[in-house]
Amino acid sequence: MTTKEDTTIATGQFGVYLIRHADDNLVLGQRLAEYVTRAPDLEEELAVANIALDHIGLATHLFTYAATLVDGDTSADDLAMLRSEREYSNVLLVEQPHDGFGDVMVRQFLFDAYQLLLWQALSTSGDSTLSGIAQRAEREATYHLRHSSNWLIRLGDGTSESHSRMQQSINRMWRFTGELFESDELDVAVAASGVGADPVELEGAWRACVADVIDEATLSIPEDPYQASGGRSGIHTEHLGPMLAEMQSLARSYPGLSW
Amino acid sequence: MMSEFDPWSTVKNRDIDDEGQQKFDDIIAADEKVEPRDWMPEGYRATVIRQMAQHAHSEVIGMQPEANWILRAPTLLRKSILIAKVQDEAGHGLYLYSATETLGVSRHELEDLLHRGRQKYSSIFNYPTLSWADMGTIGWLVDGAAIVNQIVLQGTSYGPYSRAMVKICKEESFHARQGFSILMALTSGSDAQKAMAQDSMDRWWWPALMMFGPHDSESTHTEESMAWKIKRMSNDDLRQKFIDQTVPQAHYLGLKIPDPELRFDSETEQWRTGEIDWDEFWAVVKGDGPLNRERISHKVRAWEDGAWVRAGASAYADKQVEMLDKSA
Amino acid sequence: MSYEAHVAPGTDQEKISFGETTDHGHPLWEVFVRPKRGLSHVHVGSLHASDSESAIQNARDSYTRRVEGVSVWVVPSSEIVASDDADSMFAPFEHVPYRHPSFYEIPKEVRRL
Repeated sequence: MTTKEDTTIATGQFGVYLIRHADDNLVLGQRLAEYVTRAPDLEEELAVANIALDHIGLATHLFTYAATLVDGDTSADDLAMLRSEREYSNVLLVEQPHDGFGDVMVRQFLFDAYQLLLWQALSTSGDSTLSGIAQRAEREATYHLRHSSNWLIRLGDGTSESHSRMQQSINRMWRFTGELFESDELDVAVAASGVGADPVELEGAWRACVADVIDEATLSIPEDPYQASGGRSGIHTEHLGPMLAEMQSLARSYPGLSW
Repeated sequence: MMSEFDPWSTVKNRDIDDEGQQKFDDIIAADEKVEPRDWMPEGYRATVIRQMAQHAHSEVIGMQPEANWILRAPTLLRKSILIAKVQDEAGHGLYLYSATETLGVSRHELEDLLHRGRQKYSSIFNYPTLSWADMGTIGWLVDGAAIVNQIVLQGTSYGPYSRAMVKICKEESFHARQGFSILMALTSGSDAQKAMAQDSMDRWWWPALMMFGPHDSESTHTEESMAWKIKRMSNDDLRQKFIDQTVPQAHYLGLKIPDPELRFDSETEQWRTGEIDWDEFWAVVKGDGPLNRERISHKVRAWEDGAWVRAGASAYADKQVEMLDKSA
Repeated sequence: MSYEAHVAPGTDQEKISFGETTDHGHPLWEVFVRPKRGLSHVHVGSLHASDSESAIQNARDSYTRRVEGVSVWVVPSSEIVASDDADSMFAPFEHVPYRHPSFYEIPKEVRRL
């Protein structure tokens, strides 16, 4: 799975890398699923469900592949349902709860802009399974970004109420964006071996895209420089625990059964 | 009295019109479709609006009992399937509101009537979903019952309603099958899973039979609806059809039907059931079912929470039009 | 799914007059889908959206969930101009039978005509 001798990535480590992105997508998919039956209208119900399905589907593909690479006899469902919040490696942005549509779309937009760049980069991964997954994810991310950008612009430049609500959502979510571009040993290793992407490389393009849309939306980027961190090493906000407890409750109550 | 969206409107034609009445009667007699711009009796229009709107409301409210288990689905695949099913239900609501709007009434007005309790939805959705097995039972029994009705409704006389039914029927068999597959997994699983499935059956069997409504002798609108070919088969006939197809499926699953009077009538080759608890039926219809209030308040809350979003989008659209006008 | 909402006997199905609310929400758009290369666009229904970009996006989720690679048109419903079905301009051309192939008797031996 590599082209250079000294940059070989261990199978297990590649699995850990995939699980990060699977976790991102499962957690965000689960958050979106919470919003079903709560959307502002019927058309948006369909859109939100569609996006949730894309994220959960992508997570399933990544978990399924990762399960073949990590130690022990495990499955995609085991990875999703039997790991604790200290073992989950998603970024903090996706586990943030939402209080209304503004939060849902701002969280989505900030993540979509990152996902598109990530999957574009991974579509040329030296690992053919991952590049195949990435090509489809890139198509979906293009659609997601168009959808969430639309909402930012419409509601940012809508009524004064919609403008102020969107600005509050941006203010709440902004502190979780820095983490998207943090790079650790694993990120550097997968990039060097040609199978992964170092998120540091994505930051410039992300900032440009996000600034463009926020500007067109007549909104502004907050000045507070504080950025939260820790998700990749299992140090989460207090929001992830209850979310996982609910998600895993049935599977954990009846371990080892078929459904 | 008219909404703005009336390229399809028949209002201007609805005064008493002997020629229109004759054409309408001929269409009905020939089993052809009444289309939006045809003359139609006021009673026909009102009945079709009410039936389509309440059908649409049912789809949308029906999302709630199943959405209750999306977050806790036991596997990733089951989670995806359930979201897809609930999404389909939203889509079916959309097709039906769309068909209703061809009669010159807006979806906004209809949703407003639902929120104020002046239009209704199917009572089955006032029951709670208390275990994962209910996801199976709802797909199998509730969607199953709906399918029996809607296959027949494909022949309904109002064109847009009939076409919406055809589209819905195509998507519907996935719903019943995914439900049945959940129960197949449970009934061939552990003792706890088998018990979960049986408990679910015990709670949903009778409400599913109630979906077909009262005996035709007690149904206020059956005669008129049948004459106009809006309704194509009686409540009791539809219910019997459902029972006869479903009992063998229950036997296959190894689930007991919670009816000590259930027996096979070899003369008519039909399954005979005990009498439905009509007190429960009417109580739920009148608004005293387990979750009537919660279902509506959930819907109203979503609606109200979304007001700023809809207003924002409208304001943005208006600004764009203004800009275009200025630059013209 | 297909559902009926039932009414207790003795309660009149109340006569509802529409137009009680002045807020009709976002405009209505008619949706046309070409499901496959080589076919025409077909009217599939309608949806509500505040503008054309939203309408096109919504149409994808509402009317093309099970089909890939399609073309979608959306048109504001208020822009549709409809014929009056009672208008004799559109009555079938029954009085010009010579426009129908069945008017002509061609011997069986003549092929491909």
